[in-house]
Amino acid sequence: MAGSVQAFGGSGTFKHGVHPPERKHFSEDMPIEVVPTPQQVLLPMLQHVGAPSIPVVKPKDVVAFGDMVCKSGGFVSAPVHAPIAGKVLKSAVTTLPNGRHVQVLPIKAEGDQLEGQALKREILGGDWSLEDVTDDREAITQAIANAGIVGLGGAAFPTHVKYTPNDKKPVDTVLINGCECEPYLTPDYRVMLEAAPAIVAGATLAGRAAGARDIIIAVEDNKPEAIKTLQEAAQGSDVKIVVVKTKYPQGSEKQLIMAVLKREVPLGGLPLDVGVAVSNVGTTVAIARAVLRGKPMTHRVVSVTGSGIRQPKNLLVPVGIAYSELIAFCGGLTENAARIISGGPMMGFAFANLNAPVTKGTSAVTVLVADDVRKADETACIRCGRCVDACPMNLVPTKIALASRAKDVNLAQAYNIMACFECGSCAFTCPASIPLVQLIRTGKALVVASQRK
Amino acid sequence: MTENVQTMASETKPAAPVIHVSPSPHLSNQALTTQRIMLDVVIGLVPTVLMALYVFRLYAVKQLAICVISCLAAEALFTRMRGRALPLADCSALVTGLIIALSLPGPAPWYVGLIASFVAIGIGKTIFGGVGMNIFNPAMVGRAFVMIAFASALAAAGYQDATSAVDAVTQATPLDTFKQTGLSTPLSVLFFGLTNGSLGETSALACLIGGLYLCIRRTASWEIPAGVILSVAVLGGIANLANPHSGWTVLHHLLSGALLFGAFFIATDPVSSPLTPKGKFIFGVGIGAIIMLLRLFSGYPEGVMFAVLLMNALTPLINRWTIPRPLGGQK
Repeated sequence: MAGSVQAFGGSGTFKHGVHPPERKHFSEDMPIEVVPTPQQVLLPMLQHVGAPSIPVVKPKDVVAFGDMVCKSGGFVSAPVHAPIAGKVLKSAVTTLPNGRHVQVLPIKAEGDQLEGQALKREILGGDWSLEDVTDDREAITQAIANAGIVGLGGAAFPTHVKYTPNDKKPVDTVLINGCECEPYLTPDYRVMLEAAPAIVAGATLAGRAAGARDIIIAVEDNKPEAIKTLQEAAQGSDVKIVVVKTKYPQGSEKQLIMAVLKREVPLGGLPLDVGVAVSNVGTTVAIARAVLRGKPMTHRVVSVTGSGIRQPKNLLVPVGIAYSELIAFCGGLTENAARIISGGPMMGFAFANLNAPVTKGTSAVTVLVADDVRKADETACIRCGRCVDACPMNLVPTKIALASRAKDVNLAQAYNIMACFECGSCAFTCPASIPLVQLIRTGKALVVASQRK
Repeated sequence: MTENVQTMASETKPAAPVIHVSPSPHLSNQALTTQRIMLDVVIGLVPTVLMALYVFRLYAVKQLAICVISCLAAEALFTRMRGRALPLADCSALVTGLIIALSLPGPAPWYVGLIASFVAIGIGKTIFGGVGMNIFNPAMVGRAFVMIAFASALAAAGYQDATSAVDAVTQATPLDTFKQTGLSTPLSVLFFGLTNGSLGETSALACLIGGLYLCIRRTASWEIPAGVILSVAVLGGIANLANPHSGWTVLHHLLSGALLFGAFFIATDPVSSPLTPKGKFIFGVGIGAIIMLLRLFSGYPEGVMFAVLLMNALTPLINRWTIPRPLGGQK
């Protein structure tokens, strides 16, 4: 069921944006491999947007694969499940790549583990037929909530919240995001190639939960193989595949909704406000698994990629595994590795604590070398307006950065500073190498601080 | 920016690379620099420079040499006085020098270009804080200064030297001829540029070729020349309707004087023009309107320089008026 974007009112793209180098070749042809079970995982109690999860196990408790170890801490929260069999240790604190200090629950591997191809089949393979499956909306949403599913695209927003029936804000369209516009990243691409039936099943279930009229999977036109595979998998289903233009940040949900549906999510609002629920393709696989098999989200696919990695790969990894183990499994760093990033190079976090654990929101480890990140010294803004032409939110980044630098909160707000989602298009483009995103981030902190007073 | 440098623990084999931590984004478009933008302007000016050399011969060589050397020297001198690193590599002083030279009459004495250049870089740019900080187009500041200080050298008569060996310089400029006698110059002559005038302005063709290059490279924003040309066309058309027997048509307005040179190369200076597409268009329309006001009603035959300077002054205000509506903002 190939669908054109125009049928849904969109033009297949959004205004502005940039074309960074794609650099997917490092890992795009590497089939998903399973990482050996680590000796220990550190399960963060806050790996999503919302309230922290609450432990339900004590040190020395023995847990099996898939057991719940933390319960949800509220409506906007999610439970955490054991990705390996083992013994619970005393909780500790660690720093995640995003700079957050979080409580972690360590589990030491003990006993028999589900490993290798059996694990891959368990997570991504098997039968995804939807015959005899419930179409009760509440039941599907409950299964999603119980499975601890959060958005795998990066923001890690608890998924059940989006699909909870809401009479005031009905959802007419479920939009599944297969754009993967960040350079280097290929986890979604590999999942689309290797688990298309699961994506279609999950998308269908998400559509049922939301009571949506249209279920659309959007893929950028630089992934023809993924489009073909999904189209075949979607034969005979209600899911439509649409192709959108390759442009960064196409995978940002506001931009994607604009490209496909020509609807504007209001500032400070959610896709729900315009009748849309957006989920990443990887998330839909987890939805299918939760609803069809009652299994929780314990693993995810992560790309380990970039010219600073000896053997780039796509890995199926347990949540809580240390970044250092992923890097070691991929042959280690090259000697000229210069920057290790959790996520992609446009929005990811550079970090140095390689003992930090992978969370549900970790899409990749991108390692860049000095040549990739070389940047000229900052020079004066010549007001060329390239940042204005690049900003997908239609802002004036240089003015916001100037206001931030001058600590002028009012001017920054007059230029709509809070609408910025830090995609980095402006700083990528800036011919004067001005750290626009960094300045805007500090400006946002000033605005938040001033509102608190 | 501050970067924390941390040598990694030896557990990650084999060597110990030095890992830097810094805020996203971690990639930048390395092909696009301020220097490249300025170099683009120089490339865009090549057809105009060649045409100036062809039409004005040694006059053009002299003015170009004086202004470019003076601007580079002034930049070096003034940045040193401010205790800053020498920014000549960004080529902005080179661009200013070329624009000043191309906006001067060939026969103007040597010290006119020299003084214009030093005023442009010193008062037009450095005292505001150097590149990127100036409110007015530096080249036009320099030119306005010499236009007032050496009124006769830059008045209509200053363009003419009846004894010159260069043909173009023996004639009056087309705009002045029309102002004085009501006689209009054939459009083809204006288009190719075999007339008298400021060095870079005579050939509409050369300005269009270089200007289109700049617009395609997005070094110049097309909204500005579009605004200028549109408003001159509309106001020129109205003037034409009001006085249909005048031989000076809309096309004469568009192809004569510094209009195209100004629209593509002077008004598009990014530093002194607005930031948003809408603001740029308003800026262009304003320049076109002031040009027509001066051409039709003032004692000057031409008004590009004053129009650009006046609209430069309005640029901060235009920026405030044209804050774009963010995606999802209230309509």
